[in-house]
Amino acid sequence: MAQSKVRDLNTPMEYQSETGRLNILGFWLFLGAEIALFSTLFATYMVLMDRTADGPALGELFEVKGLLIQTFLLLTSSFTCGLAIHEMRRYNVKGLFFWMITTILLGLGFLGFEIYEFFVYIHEGANIGTSAAWSAFFVLVGTHGLHVTLGIGWIILILIQVAKRGLTPQTTAKVFISSLYWHFLDVVWIFLFTAVYLMGMVMQHG
Amino acid sequence: MYKRYKPFVFLGMLLTVFLLSGCSDLLVLDPKGPVAQQQKDLIMYSIIFMIGIIMVVYVLFGFIVYKYRDHKGHKGYDPENKGSHLIEAICLIIPLIIVVALSIPTVKTIYSLEEAPKGSENKKPLVIQATSVDWKWIFTYPEQNIETVNYINIPEDRPILFKLTSADSMNSFWVPSLGGQKYAMAGMQTELYLQADDPGVFDGRNSNFNGEGFTDQTFKVAALTSESFDKWAKETQQEAPKLTKKQYDQLMLQGHTKEMTFSSTHLKWVKHENDADYAIKVRERLSK
Amino acid sequence: MKWDEFFVTGDPLIYGADVSIAITMLGIVFFLTYFKKWKWLWTEWLTTVDHKKIGIMYIISAILMLFRGGVDALLMRTQLAVPEMEFLDSQKYNEIFTTHGTIMIIFMAMPFLIGLINVVVPLQIGARDVAYPYLNAVSFWTFFIGAMLFNISFVIGGSPSAGWTSYMPLASNELSPGPGQNYYLLGLQISGIGTLLTGINFMVTIFKMRAPGMTLFRMPMFTWSALVTMAIIIFAFPILTVALALMTFDRLFGSHFFTLQGEGMDMLWANLFWLWGHPEVYIVILPAFGIFSEIIATFSKKTLFGYKAMVWSMVLIAAYSFLVWVHHFFTMGSGALVNSFFSVTTMLIGVPTGVKIFNWLFTMRKGQIEFSTPMLWSLGFIVNFVIGGVTGVMLAMAAANYQYHNTYFLVAHFHYVLIAGTVFACFAGLVYWYPKMFGHKLNERIGKWVFWLFTIGFNICFFPQYFLGLDGMPRRIYTYSEESGWGPLNMISTVGGFMMGIAFLVLVYNIYYSFRYEPREKTGDAWNGRTLEWSTPSAMPPFYNFAKIPVVKGLDHFWNEKQNKEIKPLTTQDLQKIHMPNNSGVPFVMASFFFVSGFGLVFEWYWMAIIGLIGVLATLVIRSFDYNNGYYVSVEEIKETENITK
Repeated sequence: MAQSKVRDLNTPMEYQSETGRLNILGFWLFLGAEIALFSTLFATYMVLMDRTADGPALGELFEVKGLLIQTFLLLTSSFTCGLAIHEMRRYNVKGLFFWMITTILLGLGFLGFEIYEFFVYIHEGANIGTSAAWSAFFVLVGTHGLHVTLGIGWIILILIQVAKRGLTPQTTAKVFISSLYWHFLDVVWIFLFTAVYLMGMVMQHG
Repeated sequence: MYKRYKPFVFLGMLLTVFLLSGCSDLLVLDPKGPVAQQQKDLIMYSIIFMIGIIMVVYVLFGFIVYKYRDHKGHKGYDPENKGSHLIEAICLIIPLIIVVALSIPTVKTIYSLEEAPKGSENKKPLVIQATSVDWKWIFTYPEQNIETVNYINIPEDRPILFKLTSADSMNSFWVPSLGGQKYAMAGMQTELYLQADDPGVFDGRNSNFNGEGFTDQTFKVAALTSESFDKWAKETQQEAPKLTKKQYDQLMLQGHTKEMTFSSTHLKWVKHENDADYAIKVRERLSK
Repeated sequence: MKWDEFFVTGDPLIYGADVSIAITMLGIVFFLTYFKKWKWLWTEWLTTVDHKKIGIMYIISAILMLFRGGVDALLMRTQLAVPEMEFLDSQKYNEIFTTHGTIMIIFMAMPFLIGLINVVVPLQIGARDVAYPYLNAVSFWTFFIGAMLFNISFVIGGSPSAGWTSYMPLASNELSPGPGQNYYLLGLQISGIGTLLTGINFMVTIFKMRAPGMTLFRMPMFTWSALVTMAIIIFAFPILTVALALMTFDRLFGSHFFTLQGEGMDMLWANLFWLWGHPEVYIVILPAFGIFSEIIATFSKKTLFGYKAMVWSMVLIAAYSFLVWVHHFFTMGSGALVNSFFSVTTMLIGVPTGVKIFNWLFTMRKGQIEFSTPMLWSLGFIVNFVIGGVTGVMLAMAAANYQYHNTYFLVAHFHYVLIAGTVFACFAGLVYWYPKMFGHKLNERIGKWVFWLFTIGFNICFFPQYFLGLDGMPRRIYTYSEESGWGPLNMISTVGGFMMGIAFLVLVYNIYYSFRYEPREKTGDAWNGRTLEWSTPSAMPPFYNFAKIPVVKGLDHFWNEKQNKEIKPLTTQDLQKIHMPNNSGVPFVMASFFFVSGFGLVFEWYWMAIIGLIGVLATLVIRSFDYNNGYYVSVEEIKETENITK
């Protein structure tokens, strides 16, 4: 089904092939499913957040500083990812690589903080088996973290393909789709930050 | 062409089975208290509508299938007949009216079932706590300081407020002759009003599947005259043994037991509505 | 773990299953080797990305699962035939109704319909394949592997026994120890991946791959029903994914989502399950509605009555399906306001359903009705489904529901909608599109026998159950006493059940008989059809479906073309080379790794689970680096396939 007809030069390359167009639409639908998935996890978290049993309350252990750095890293990475796509549309492979690798590094930094955060909590006596609330916390935040990890691995694979094949309708569609994914994770994080961390801390201290 | 008579055969079946079996023989349609009576009234009300709907569909079906079957002398063929706003509007509005007609008594009944039955509002309800534990029922009369296993005695003509909870799996407390069911769940409490009109013995059970012993998780409900109930309560308080913690913990194990009666309750050791994992902990302790 | 814990032992039923599985396996291996069919199996089936073949594989798997689920059903009916029967013990009975429910919904009804959608929808919209043929193969193989994983629980490790709803805390480690429940979780999880991918795949296919001129409101009703179903899948299945994952964490990693300990919440499981579960009901009923719409229009030789009303009804039903889940547990004590709200929304869902029933009736009006087998199933559907529908409305009335809940009244209701709706549709669709798949019809005479046997058996089986329910017989009990008085009606019910079993056997015989003796179709238009799938010149469309993509001018395009005698044979000028995707063995391998991983998790052998997951990731990487996805079919080859001389 992949008849790659060049339509016109104003169409971005990722939209030039039939496969590219189909894949981008399919990926949007996949993101719809992802929204349903995260909504379910958020709802679960909301229901269970006060059920702490004998364990510590959620907000008790949250650390503002680390969270702000994490947020900064991920928001910036979303921006650099956007720049990468911008460079791609100017057919600037070097620019694409520079900004995508920056994105990956920022993502890795974010992950590092998250893993450190989890270690601290576990050290302080809150793990997935502590209470319903902590189960919900670890699975919700962990699912996002897992998505980031997979995203990083995926982008690396795509960059290797771009390095081998250059910018073609196929590779650009892949890069573009991975950028959609990355922005989506950024949006999820904003919800996580608000619904889990800010609310947790407000409930604890406010 | 059995086909075209089929709808009528079905309708006939429906009606005959109804008449033959006699509605009054079916447990749910043979209420022994005001709660079950309300539910029966609602059910009968809805069945009239349902039979009406089925009749309309079957008559239309029979007529259309018979008239427009492919046969010699077939008339009225119109392959481009795409629709008619009038017919479509009727098909939309009539069901909507039926929904409204069914919704009003439903909502009324839902609300009235949350309270003591009409006519008994002024009588003080008897409170019984029902606790399910695989695969038995423990009943607590907090005011009388009595605890029974797998049976209850209740006074007639007085609302009984059941406070339901569970020590482990999700159960459903159901006495069909007296009224509909409600879940009993660990770590929380649900409430259910029932009332018996006359003395009698009724079957009760857990109706929500909960594993191997599910089938036999039943209990008896005996409705007594007010005097005999008071007499029973008094005798039990004087004669029945006290419940020991050891005995109670034995009850927490999975399995069936015979009927039991005690002159004290478990409430001083545990409230299952606040302590969802009590039974699990006891089982862990006792299996060591 | 000892061997006798690994294999289920000590029961003649299980040994029987062991022996029959072994014999079947040996038989298959012998057949393939003797007739030198291994290569054929691999190149034509295991690696195929052709939507028609994938659809056929779905349908064959679904029929196998119908057999398994049906045997489960007959075992249950045998146990319940008389009071105090000692055929199955409680544990076995619990396992059997659990697997019966799960298999029938997840591994029979859904795959059967998805199979028909696979075969038919691309043809109906005039496309050469689906949007993602490779992904389609992944969908099938993950479904298939998930189903296999679930099924081997019968002989290895023990079956799940917490009901297909798997309510917590019953399904927790404490109350359901052993691997059985893990099989449920992993089997459903793996096959759920396939279903979600199908949802995305067909939604894009229907949105983007329609033939020129086929606007949304010129699509055949079955395609519409598929589109709406796919939308439900995309939003409902992630909920199941999460719910299953959370329970898996509870069982394997000690979390406390639904447990008694750690303030877990068992009601949350029930809510999540039915938030998926109710839309799931519509996932298996909307395509059925689509199938009946096609068949009723075809055999009334008339266009659908109220096409737009039917489409909007489906859209409305789909939207509503997410707003009624609480009606599955009115008795949970949610309070009067909540129960009233969900009572009313549930009754309202009956309105668009009623509209559809009337539209089918009025489609037949002014038609010229031909009583072919598919039409008989459709007429039977209307008659029986109405009973299921009205009892559904009765169940929706929460105050009365307190008396119906957990009883045979409920059992009778959902069998009346699921069998008269979904199963009738599967059979109707199978018979209707059989010539498209295999090039010949199923014998009509035998087919009518199947219909009458099945329909009468069905009514004998399930109609008495309404009365058993009203007489207070709860579902899922494995036996009952003489005094209960439930004996006679149960006996009747069992007789009906066996009639349905016999009907199934006759259906299978019909497949064999028709393969041997039915005349082969000479044209692509076996039933004087109305939609594009019938417009191919050969009975079974070639792998590229259409030599020339049709240009659609209206609803019932093919019918109109026939009426106006506009059909011209193809000539060489019409042809262009066609791009088609390559076959690939990767989906099969990937699914096999899923099996390894799932099996490891069932027994908590994490090394095995990790190996499996690495394998899955490796296949993903291989696919990502594969740019060689397609080839061209030359004009000469098309000419030869289509017998074009000019």
